[in-house]
Amino acid sequence: MDNQLLTGKLTRLVAGDPDKFGELNAKWSHDSEFFMLFDSDPVMVRDAKRSGQFFRERAEKERPGAFPFLVQTLEDERLIGEGGLWNALSSNRDAWVSIGIGERELWGKGYGSDALNVMLRFAFRELNLHRVNLVTFEYNRRAIRAYEKLGFVHEGKIRGGMRRSHQRWAIVFMGILRDEWESANR
Amino acid sequence: MILQLFEGEKIRFAAFDADKDAEALSKWTHDPEYMRLLSPDPARPLAPFHIKKRFEEMEKEAGRDFYYFVIRAREDDRALGFTHLRWIEWNHGNAHFDMGIGSASDRGKGYGSEALQMLFRYAFEELNLYRLTGHTMEYNTGAQKFLLKHGFQLEVRRREALQREGRYWDGLTYGILADEWANANR
Repeated sequence: MDNQLLTGKLTRLVAGDPDKFGELNAKWSHDSEFFMLFDSDPVMVRDAKRSGQFFRERAEKERPGAFPFLVQTLEDERLIGEGGLWNALSSNRDAWVSIGIGERELWGKGYGSDALNVMLRFAFRELNLHRVNLVTFEYNRRAIRAYEKLGFVHEGKIRGGMRRSHQRWAIVFMGILRDEWESANR
Repeated sequence: MILQLFEGEKIRFAAFDADKDAEALSKWTHDPEYMRLLSPDPARPLAPFHIKKRFEEMEKEAGRDFYYFVIRAREDDRALGFTHLRWIEWNHGNAHFDMGIGSASDRGKGYGSEALQMLFRYAFEELNLYRLTGHTMEYNTGAQKFLLKHGFQLEVRRREALQREGRYWDGLTYGILADEWANANR
């Protein structure tokens, strides 16, 4: 049995209360580059109180298939990012995953990949899913490379699905099947 | 300038009328073939009570990132089906659509084609969207033909995203750009 289901090599997944989510989200929202890499919603500066309110409301409306996490470093237990599995309890055993490292000085050091791989382990070995999907944006090349390295397969593009910086970009769809993940993590 | 968006030759777009429509919509949900062609969610019969409740929920979102129409026959005003535009991302000009013609006896008569052309006009010339996205399943060959015939292109193939009848099926996503529609209708 795997007793460290939510722990990776660099990070662990922890629960975040809505106010903690709100506080971090408000901080990270002031980095518009982070938010443009993370989300297709218009970037917006947020304050901790209202952001906390948003996450409290989200928690109350949350459907049973939502598994939100905060990402914590193993080294100094710092909260550096957020992620989650969404729509994860369905008859098709198919879910969506998201990951973002808000602390930009830690980008490119493998924290996001590590946390994402822990979420995949949780998805395939605890939720017993058959596949996991994600979307990212054509301009987020670092994310696409990281997802390819973890074994995600390109499954198509929504042509011109977003407009940013005066230009149209594709929304990139990637997916990984349980067998693919298991053979990459033997 | 075209001012008439809701009147077609054989059909019209109308608001949901709980007294008139709940009974018909409930009846359609009792046809598992219809439900399976429509959605990857488990087929489930709904009572008029549930239909009314769903429309009340939908009405809360309507006009923000969600628009919906009941499709009616001009000849006798009966409800033929429905169409939705949802997850509208105003900043990117993308929306997702659903459409269904409820009774088997009303299918193959061109109602869906006319409704889709009216939906294009509404999406591109009233909401000013850049593109429209549609989803279907590998086993729904009728919908695939319908989408291709009306100018959609296959953009994403989510491998084995569905399970039905004891096997896996791909989830398919199609897209059409406003320009492509305009060029085809010049």
